[in-house]
Amino acid sequence: MENGSAAQGEGRDPSGFLSEIIGQGVTVKLNSGVVYKGELQSVDGYMNIALEKTEEHVNGVKKRSYGDAFVRGNNVMYISAD
Amino acid sequence: MADIDDGTSAPASEPLDLVRLCLDEVVFVKLRGDRELKGRLHAYDSHCNLVLGDVEETVYVVDEDDEDEEAVKTISKKSEMLFVRGDSVVLISPQSPS
Repeated sequence: MENGSAAQGEGRDPSGFLSEIIGQGVTVKLNSGVVYKGELQSVDGYMNIALEKTEEHVNGVKKRSYGDAFVRGNNVMYISAD
Repeated sequence: MADIDDGTSAPASEPLDLVRLCLDEVVFVKLRGDRELKGRLHAYDSHCNLVLGDVEETVYVVDEDDEDEEAVKTISKKSEMLFVRGDSVVLISPQSPS
């Protein structure tokens, strides 16, 4: 049953990538087009995200900042490591 | 069997822990449809269904004047208690944004 479970190689599957970039600066884009930049605190299986030192950008313009922010996973388009 | 998460230890290791830390605190919530809420978080669950008390809701609407001028108008509503269905939640933050 070597292939019975998902690939175990480091960073070879999407969720492995996400756990690798925890603690790093990330850019999170939502389906609405709003972008959040911050430090990735944690992610779960729904792609819910906790960010620290978060900046909210709308149309490339910085709108707000949050100390901590929880983003519900269903709104996420992508997560990119800066 | 030691690696089964009992859900009680290891604080702040999953995103919803951030929400748990906001219980009984004033939170800022961004919703779908350009709505925002500020209120005290009484309860939440894994769907992000929320119960908020002393809530101020702000709705952003585009106001079209006769001359094609689009001004964003804000409407403010207050409620004593609000149940929010999780699927309309976009973001939850402990402090009000700056």
